Amino acid sequence: MPQTVFAPWDDPTAKPLIRFSNVTKQFGDFTAVRNLTLDIYEHEFFALLGPSGCGKTTMMRMLAGFEDPSSGQIELAGQDIVPVPPNKRAVNMMFQSYALFPHLNVWDNIAFGLRRAAMPKDALRARVEEMLKLTRLERFARRKPHQISGGQRQRVALARSLAKAPRLLLLDEPMGALDKKLRQDTQFELMDIQEKTGTTFVIVTHDQEEAMTVASRVAVMDEGELIQVATPSAIYEAPNCVYVADFIGDVNIIEGAVHPCGPTCYKLHWAESFAPLVASSEQPFATAQKAFLAIRPEKMHISAEPPAGAENTIQGRVHDIAYLGNISTYHVEVAGGRMLKAQAANTRRIENRGFTWDDQVWLSWASNAGVLLEA
Amino acid sequence: MKRVVVALIPYLWLLGLFLVPFAIVLKISLSDVAMARPPYLPQFSWSEGISTFLSQLDFENFTFLTTDDLYWKAYLSSLQIAATSTLLTLLIGYPIAYAMARAPEQWRAILMMLVILPFWTSFLIRVYSWMGILSQEGYLNQLLLGLGVISEPLIILNTKIAVYIGIVYTYIPFMILPIYAALHRLDNSLIEAAEDLGCSRAKAFWLVTVPLSRNGIIAGCFLVFIPTLGEFVIPSLLGGSGTLMIGKVLWEEFFNNRDWPVASAVAVVLVLILIIPIVLFQQNQQKQQEAEN
Amino acid sequence: MRLSGFNITSLTLGFAFLYLPMVILVVYSFNESRLVTVWTGFSTRWYGELLNNQAFLDAAWVTFKVAALSSTLATVLGTLAAYALVRGGRFAGRTLFSGMIYAPLVMPEVITGLSLLLLFIGIGLERGVLTIVLAHTTFSMCYVSVVVSSRLVTFDRSLEEAALDLGCSPWSAFRLVTLPIIAPAVISGWLLAFTLSLDDLVIASFTTGPSATTLPIKIFSAVRLGVSPEINALSTLMIAIVTLGVIVASLISKQKFVQQQQRERQIDNRTR
Repeated sequence: MPQTVFAPWDDPTAKPLIRFSNVTKQFGDFTAVRNLTLDIYEHEFFALLGPSGCGKTTMMRMLAGFEDPSSGQIELAGQDIVPVPPNKRAVNMMFQSYALFPHLNVWDNIAFGLRRAAMPKDALRARVEEMLKLTRLERFARRKPHQISGGQRQRVALARSLAKAPRLLLLDEPMGALDKKLRQDTQFELMDIQEKTGTTFVIVTHDQEEAMTVASRVAVMDEGELIQVATPSAIYEAPNCVYVADFIGDVNIIEGAVHPCGPTCYKLHWAESFAPLVASSEQPFATAQKAFLAIRPEKMHISAEPPAGAENTIQGRVHDIAYLGNISTYHVEVAGGRMLKAQAANTRRIENRGFTWDDQVWLSWASNAGVLLEA
Repeated sequence: MKRVVVALIPYLWLLGLFLVPFAIVLKISLSDVAMARPPYLPQFSWSEGISTFLSQLDFENFTFLTTDDLYWKAYLSSLQIAATSTLLTLLIGYPIAYAMARAPEQWRAILMMLVILPFWTSFLIRVYSWMGILSQEGYLNQLLLGLGVISEPLIILNTKIAVYIGIVYTYIPFMILPIYAALHRLDNSLIEAAEDLGCSRAKAFWLVTVPLSRNGIIAGCFLVFIPTLGEFVIPSLLGGSGTLMIGKVLWEEFFNNRDWPVASAVAVVLVLILIIPIVLFQQNQQKQQEAEN
Repeated sequence: MRLSGFNITSLTLGFAFLYLPMVILVVYSFNESRLVTVWTGFSTRWYGELLNNQAFLDAAWVTFKVAALSSTLATVLGTLAAYALVRGGRFAGRTLFSGMIYAPLVMPEVITGLSLLLLFIGIGLERGVLTIVLAHTTFSMCYVSVVVSSRLVTFDRSLEEAALDLGCSPWSAFRLVTLPIIAPAVISGWLLAFTLSLDDLVIASFTTGPSATTLPIKIFSAVRLGVSPEINALSTLMIAIVTLGVIVASLISKQKFVQQQQRERQIDNRTR
């Protein structure tokens, strides 16, 4: 039985949970969000990714109701929510600072939203206990926020925002205050909780690794506009522009002019007296159009001998080696002083490596390893 | 050795000019009135010895304070005036402190200065400025009569209301500053979190803003209540003869009746009453400091 | 952040409440009429009468003398006391000492005044300028000590230790390192003591004798009978002096701030 893939965004009949239509938000002269249209579907784990000041936080605050769009519409389950104040929205938010009430203990913090909804006492107690269990905080229920660790505080914030079972949970840099190790554990925990509760999550982050790890879809933003909205693998494997390719992960960008050599085949002339590079692209390019070839370091093969039968090869000299344990990144100087990066898994012991600093090496890759992008 | 000297000079000064004088007050409060200079007995003399001296002391003055209802009425009225005006100061000061904490960053320094500035002008003059406003032919009555709001001038000066106004006016910076300090530290995302979890603006104010500015409120209330209790200038300029406050009674007892032992006894009882709020205030400050660390 | 209508209203009403009475006082000090509440025309007549009133001038001089002496004395004593409290470690009677520093701050003035008067009578000291100076020094040194010790608490002790390490005696470490750093607090302490002394009515009334009348005593006995135009003029002068002082002080501190920033920028440029 084939497993159905969760991809409502590919289904034209699917109704989005959230719909931004031509939303613009201005603060005085500054445009934080520019004419933005976006659909987010039920059960998604949606990441808004971008550098600080790109408008991602403004998007989130408009969803929570703390900012009103200057123009455009925001719908939740088909209803315009712009006139609805934050306290009347079926949307909850986990704040970057956690915003735990310092005068209330963990239990009362989690119960805070439920009390506002006038939940019966027994149901309320049960719900709080359930949340404590979900976030493994049972032992800390009577502590005040300043008496628990940063990771525990983060879980209290999560439990508090989930307690009311919102249709949509907003997470503003939820792991910003945690150290790296804890962050990784928490990411998986967060995905787990999202799956268990089935809530739609929208996360704001500037950490691309985090977005890639947790999200079902990632929206890359810059200067108030959406650059690309796609699944993590699509964003990584098929970025739609140099900005996205460069923002997500490590990438080599080779600039040149393209000449068609088949229906989906192009030759990139990148340096004089060097053979052009072959790349396949679904997107059509005109003859002699300027283009960039974006290729990930791990998709470049590095070898001491000229490889046989490779579609693209460039000779170069090892300039630097970054040893990361499981893999090494080689900085290879090629024609005209250009620097390319190649990654190789350290499958052998380091002393058995075939090449080292200043050695001549060959970089090679397949025609479909990279992406051809418009300038 | 030098370090000892550094501490010793101010130490001896305070012993001699604060503690010893207070001991004298205590002693005189236990003495009897006499038609003499100084007007009290016993006088201490080495020839008669300590025990004779001590045996002449008694609590007669304190008993007197309880029998004459002028005194206990004055204490009660002082407590009532101090409590009422503290509450009024809180009600008026809180919105000002709140608005200051919410004001744009670049305004705050100026607003702070505007609150502190009256501190540097004479207390006496600030109280006096209300006499012209509140008197029967004063500016307030002129304005209200002119606007046709009232047909008969209001009698405010020389009533308790004038005392309340004077206290609120002169002590309001003491209320605003600690509350502002507490509200200023308040993270705005806490309010947003409360709204996000279903609170209306007003509800978020009661459930988050007020509890988190509690220490500021308590500090402000004590800073107004404690000095008001022994206030002299305000009741004597604005309160008229009908307003009883213990500071004024003590003054009159001493200067007009020249009854030093009773005046001293009044002072001792006032200090005893003040100890309670002062200790509570100290505890609040300590708790706050511990919470900050 | 934008202010809501409610907040703007409370700020406007609040500051109107704080400043309107003084503004009215200032305006009516230029009223021609002796009936203070009836405006008959602009005049500086009462300023003239004030300046010809020898009793007021004498009182102003006494007040100034007392304030200058007592605030200076209080600053020295208060700074020493703060130093002893913050740096002295544990010494016998420290609790009593700190109690005596804080008690006068909350003690009603009538009691402080009464107790000092009884002391002065007890030891047979003739009452006059000297006794007021002693009284004012006693309570204002406590304010100075609170101001200075709050600065000393945040003061990095290793600076003093570095001075000692580099060969300073404790006294010269205090003079060369500690004092310059706490100087702003000491100056504010002095200003506070000076103002408190200028302001004080109750304690001065108790501790003075017939030979010395301060301005507050003079004002009090005058206004007890009601509003008077001379007092309005006098109040206006005092308000003007304070306002001028505050403006000058804030200009100086602003200039210092700008200079500091310029210096930092220069250092930045040099190190770049």
